[in-house]
Amino acid sequence: MLVISCIKQVPDTTQVQIDPETNTLIREGIPFIVNPYDTHALEEGLSLKDRFGLRPVALSMGPPNAEATLRKACALGVDDAILLSDRCFGGADTLATSRVLASAIEKLAEQEELGIVFCGKQTIDGDTAQVGPGIASRLGLQQLTLVDRIVHLDLEKKRIRVRRKLEGRHEIVEAPLPVMITVVRELNRPRYPTVPMRLEAEDVMVKTWDNSVLGLDVETVGLKGSPTWVSKIFSPERDQGEIIGDGINDPEGTANLLIEKLLSKDLLAI
Amino acid sequence: MSINQTIYIPLFAVSVIFFCYSCYQRLQLISLGADENRSDRPIERLAGMFSYAFGQKRVVKRPFGINHFVLFWAFMFLLLANGEFLIEGLFPSVSLALLPDPLHHVLAFIFDMVSLLALVAVVVALSRRLLFPPSYLSNEYTSARSGEGLLILAMIAFLMIAFFLLHGALIGLGDSAAYRPISAIFASLLAGQSTAALQSSATIAWWVHAVVLLVFINLLPRSKHMHILTAIPNTYLRSLDKPNIIPRESFAKGKRFGVGVVEQFSWKDLLDSLTCTECGRCQDLCPAYNTDKPLNPRRIVHDIKANLLQNGPALKNGEGKTLPMIDLAQNEGTCSEEALWACTTCGACVNVCPVLIEQMPKIVKMRRHLVQEKSEFPEELLNLFENMEQRSNPWGIAPSDRGKWSTQLGERPFEADKTEYLFFVGCAGAFDTRAKQVSVAVATIMDLAGVSWGMLGKEELCCGDSLRRLGNEYVFDKMAKQNVEMFIEKGVRKVVTACPHCFSTLKNDYRQYGLELQVIHHSELIETLITGNKLKLPKTTDMGKLLFHDSCYLGRHNEIYDTPRNLIKAATGSKPAEFERNRENGFCCGAGGGRMWMEELNGSRINQNRVAEALKQKPDTLCVSCPYCMTMMEDGLKELNAPGVQVKDVAEVVAEALRL
Repeated sequence: MLVISCIKQVPDTTQVQIDPETNTLIREGIPFIVNPYDTHALEEGLSLKDRFGLRPVALSMGPPNAEATLRKACALGVDDAILLSDRCFGGADTLATSRVLASAIEKLAEQEELGIVFCGKQTIDGDTAQVGPGIASRLGLQQLTLVDRIVHLDLEKKRIRVRRKLEGRHEIVEAPLPVMITVVRELNRPRYPTVPMRLEAEDVMVKTWDNSVLGLDVETVGLKGSPTWVSKIFSPERDQGEIIGDGINDPEGTANLLIEKLLSKDLLAI
Repeated sequence: MSINQTIYIPLFAVSVIFFCYSCYQRLQLISLGADENRSDRPIERLAGMFSYAFGQKRVVKRPFGINHFVLFWAFMFLLLANGEFLIEGLFPSVSLALLPDPLHHVLAFIFDMVSLLALVAVVVALSRRLLFPPSYLSNEYTSARSGEGLLILAMIAFLMIAFFLLHGALIGLGDSAAYRPISAIFASLLAGQSTAALQSSATIAWWVHAVVLLVFINLLPRSKHMHILTAIPNTYLRSLDKPNIIPRESFAKGKRFGVGVVEQFSWKDLLDSLTCTECGRCQDLCPAYNTDKPLNPRRIVHDIKANLLQNGPALKNGEGKTLPMIDLAQNEGTCSEEALWACTTCGACVNVCPVLIEQMPKIVKMRRHLVQEKSEFPEELLNLFENMEQRSNPWGIAPSDRGKWSTQLGERPFEADKTEYLFFVGCAGAFDTRAKQVSVAVATIMDLAGVSWGMLGKEELCCGDSLRRLGNEYVFDKMAKQNVEMFIEKGVRKVVTACPHCFSTLKNDYRQYGLELQVIHHSELIETLITGNKLKLPKTTDMGKLLFHDSCYLGRHNEIYDTPRNLIKAATGSKPAEFERNRENGFCCGAGGGRMWMEELNGSRINQNRVAEALKQKPDTLCVSCPYCMTMMEDGLKELNAPGVQVKDVAEVVAEALRL
């Protein structure tokens, strides 16, 4: 049974700066990382391999250099890694992205029974949290979002029970397989690749599927298939801050100053 | 007196054969280890062997070591006497009496006196063991072998007494007493006995001496007293590198990484394990052991030996091992993961061992296995590893923020032709709020003295120290290569660092990558500036009672003890006060070896132990030379609620004296 983890290569957003002229991200020299939430999606797929013998596959849509992300997944132990890359996929919004991913998952499911699709709850660059649910609706899968624990997986009855982490409460829900799950960081602790696995992964052939494999209508993918686009990116203006007191030599006095200041602005309730 | 050779010859032959067989067995076990070159620079090795083994350089650093010195040299002389004794038993006509008289007499006198010295030393050693043993001599796991120690001492005493009795009886039978004053005393005890009684006394003494000697020899290779045979070669085969420099690993498919089974240790590691006589000095200094962590460096070495003895025979036959080298729980012959993670790589064990056993590198080798082959490590390290790999600093702060601490200094780029020194700021100096103040102090001092310096700014990468000590050699290797490439590309030759960890890594570890830099710690630079009259201190500063804490990576690892003390003298007008445990006996702050990034869950806290030691002296200022020590001492002072004590880096003390 297949367990597919969707992972995305994202720029390390702590290092991204915005070009004030063009309002776009300056990506030169910025290292790419695996979207942090996706590392938990990947880990869950791997742990289901360890516990139930499911076959973990990593799936990513992106430019050719996103291969590095999939290679990392290989070093962690996925059975297969597939990069969905084609010029016509470029510039996609969440709708067009989920179409391509859904189509690839459908194709994989033709050969082997699909169990679970894991996605991170959102990416740190787009922050939309739409792609996972988008895949589920394109494929007609049950969707369980914001999962922080797999409570029970019954492969015979093909049912899964999970815990969702919501604001101020947890929710236990159950669904039949196949299912799409988006995960939060509390779900697991991602493993660290061993050196032998890393060395193995250096020579692994990451499969690349372009649109000739998927055969999607080019009008429905990439920029052309995207009803939304980013018109402007900017950093919100903030009031100039100020440094008060001398926190190193007089922490107590500084803390008092800070409290007074907050009280005077009515930002603290006593 | 005549010796019954039909009994002695077979006894002698069996003993010699069995001794050789035991040694051969041990050598075979040692040869199971991995290759390592320890035959380079023979002159340096010989010189060290003379001072460490024959000069007993480290042994005598503790007062009781003088007793061992006496025993060692008594053994050296008596080797000749006992050699003669064994041979004379085989060929009664062959003895030192064949030598010309004056020489023979001198030797007889020496043997007599030396035997007395040995006997006294043994009695002193026995009394110490039984009446006033030091705290580190025994603990629950060595007690199994404490009888062994007593037995060996008792046998030496027997040998000496039998020697005197033999010669006493022989004097009674007509030998000259002139050259054997101690034996003569024994002779006077036997005075009045008949010739026949003296004959049988001599025979009995001879046989006691012979049997005890042969048993003694055969015990050596099979006990912890193997060090009598291996300590001298072990000092010759010592590591000539800095204590924490372990050979690099090559990362190719199919290779194994680190040490997970005993035969992955190098042959020298295995020889070390057989050489340890469990004196306990490493345990006495170990910061982990002293704060009730599950680590004891002496035990690590013993476990390697126990594992080798248990698994060795099967390994020799190509069969699998049965006893794991590393496991969750500690058993004889198995090191626990917890123990391995408790090491701060402070190097106190390596530095104190009288026979130059390398305890700490063995721990790092096993960490390499855990990290690289098993991905098993305390969970807080996962973040560290990811941060290092992705952002090249332990906190995971954006690399673009690296230069922010120095915005007020203006652009200070390093340019090969225009700037003399690269100021390698280090992650702490660039990101840690407190350490940033030290960076500013160092930069200000350099400017005041007119030093030509520049920085790499955003381009600076982490040196990788913590990764290497934690056993993540794969990622360290990548980072080291990146740094080395960048240094070469930018034409860096002279580097000044504000962190002993960067300092030691750039200076010593990167040498393994073919990079010879002239690396100095900021304290060394400032000292040169002051002695060269480039930096004049207009006044001395009063920082109250100032206590200097040695950084392990500056002190023990690089033997820089006086430089920071000289600076303090120059800046404050007086020498710093000293910790009880100072210089090479200095106690770690607890942050080395990657412990900076780990929780301290077992026992008491190392930094609190050190701060408590400081507070006994009621200091006003604790002076450090390392950003890790700075953090640990400041935290310790807060934890022990000692708000009146300030922690200052040595550069800040100098800066204070420069303030007009």
